[in-house]
Amino acid sequence: MTGTSTTAGDSGPRWASAAALRRVVRDQPVLPLLALLVALVVAMQLVQPGTVSPAWIGTSIKLAIPLAILAACQTLTMLTGGIDLSVAFVASMSAYLIATQAPIHGPVLGVMLALLACALAGLGNGIGVGIFRVHPLIMTLGTGLVVVGLMTVYQVEVVSQGAKVPAEITWIGGANSFGVVPNALLLFVPLAALILWVLRRWGFGRLLFAIGDNEGAARLAGVRVWAVHLTLYVISALLAGIAGLVVAGVTNVATVTLAERYLLPSVAAAVIGGTSIFGGRGGYAGSIVGALILTVLTSLLTVMRMPEGVRLVLFGAMIAAVAAAYTRITEER
Amino acid sequence: MSASVDAPGLAAGTDLWRTVARTVRRNAWTLGLLGLLVVLLGVTHAIQPSYGAAGVESLAKAALPVALVAVGQAIVVIAGGIDLSVASMMALTNVTAAALMKGTSDEAAVLVVVAVLVLGIALGAINGTLVVLTRVPDIVVTLAMSFVWAGAALLVLSTPGGAAAQWLRDLYNGTVGSEWLPKALVLIVVAAALAWVPLRRTRMGLVFYAIGSDKLAAFRSGVDIRRTKVASYALCGLFSAMGGLAITMATGTGIPVPGPYTLASVAAVVLGGVSLAGGRGGLVGVVLAVFVLRLVRADLVFLGIDPNFTTVIEGLTMVIVVMVGAMLAMRSRRG
Repeated sequence: MTGTSTTAGDSGPRWASAAALRRVVRDQPVLPLLALLVALVVAMQLVQPGTVSPAWIGTSIKLAIPLAILAACQTLTMLTGGIDLSVAFVASMSAYLIATQAPIHGPVLGVMLALLACALAGLGNGIGVGIFRVHPLIMTLGTGLVVVGLMTVYQVEVVSQGAKVPAEITWIGGANSFGVVPNALLLFVPLAALILWVLRRWGFGRLLFAIGDNEGAARLAGVRVWAVHLTLYVISALLAGIAGLVVAGVTNVATVTLAERYLLPSVAAAVIGGTSIFGGRGGYAGSIVGALILTVLTSLLTVMRMPEGVRLVLFGAMIAAVAAAYTRITEER
Repeated sequence: MSASVDAPGLAAGTDLWRTVARTVRRNAWTLGLLGLLVVLLGVTHAIQPSYGAAGVESLAKAALPVALVAVGQAIVVIAGGIDLSVASMMALTNVTAAALMKGTSDEAAVLVVVAVLVLGIALGAINGTLVVLTRVPDIVVTLAMSFVWAGAALLVLSTPGGAAAQWLRDLYNGTVGSEWLPKALVLIVVAAALAWVPLRRTRMGLVFYAIGSDKLAAFRSGVDIRRTKVASYALCGLFSAMGGLAITMATGTGIPVPGPYTLASVAAVVLGGVSLAGGRGGLVGVVLAVFVLRLVRADLVFLGIDPNFTTVIEGLTMVIVVMVGAMLAMRSRRG
């Protein structure tokens, strides 16, 4: 679990043997994933020549960013052997709270209020998982239901007032700089760098791996597992809140079910990215590429004018195939 | 046994008492749910005096698809897996049944029902085979397959449509014998019994519990883990197909969009006392849990509470019950 990084120099000649390839895939899962991403982009260009342009790349990145942020929630929680099924609901809540509170209190306070609500939802998850030892699947699902219900009630309360996504949020989520560079990158790049840094270098990041690898051992080593869970689920909910902010910016509307369609893809992106759902293995870089792969795949299938049904079937088959290939390659036996 | 020297009658009494006490203790969760259901029915009658036979019938009808799919989910969870594709399988079997029944005679509709049930077994078997062959975690495989089955449902019917045979709809509406015995309830009991009795009484059922509680021990006792796992998923597919048929019965059409049944089935399984870690729990509790959840929802409506609060209450119920269950389990382990 040391996340050994093979330098480019010595991995070159060892590519030849299958065992070395296996090692590369296990330690650097991002490389084959990037190859898959490039293959999909090439396929896109072949299917519809002239599609792949700076503008198209910008749009794809813009669409992938909310998914990538939500995949971070899944990656972090999956590293400890958990999962966070409340993220899509929390993200929708954040988007809707911003859209209804920002017109009254201004965008800064609006965003703060939304993130505060997200943190509370995360705290609920953390208390359930960390202190009461409820299975994360159930706990986060329950919290998700509570959040949806509360937001529906809140929606009825503020229906006369109406929801409007503030211009600042639309600028961050939806607009581009220099024509093609999505502004959301201003938010996403530091965020992603922080997550990667925390996972690699911070004690907290190592604790996530330790708990996922062997919770009993971590506890015996003096880790306060409940405190880690509590922090983790609050962080996850805050990330979901930021993702909701970006989704609201991209779509320029806010509803209480805005981000629900991201729920299963966020898990899929983390799984494709090589994070084990049993915990202890994985990383965020793979999840980012996973989110890009899913986004490009969706637009490829759309461009090919596939019926919705075929698109879903291929989408699912792709997730299963990548997950199966992973298990086959990285399995130690 | 040992204290039966000078007071045999008394000892027999305590033995009986012990047996009862043990049975109660072993089924404490299920009995608790039953008690909760009875209390809830009483409460419902108190807040809505007109709640009677008609109320029970609509309760059973609403519970039917969820109860069927929850039984399937429970079997997979007992065997140590989880199936997140049940709602998609329900949608696929629902549209297949509705599409095939459109314009067919009543006799042909019988064949359609059989074919759809076989289709359900096949879908579940594919899920299970993929889990076994790829060795990818159950949750990931079935998550991916939920997209596949939902897509397939859209290919069968791109918009809601189709039809249901009249006899099938009659199977769902109304009551048998007494007005207090809705047909939907009979369907639930028959289906659950068909799964429950073999699960408790045969080797096949025993091995589900075995691989769910300890794979290695089961393997060393000569259980074919792979075949058992596939069988558990196939059964889940069968019950999902029954759930899909229940939707066809209820609506008379095929709807190619998965309903909220996956989450509902997992919630019912957990409330019903089946451990998500596998190997523990039974089906009776799961069916009772479905009724409890449905009745809570109905009560909230009767109380005039904003229907939007029902989701909040359901989420809280689920979480609180699981927390209480976890605390009770912790205490009994200590004691």
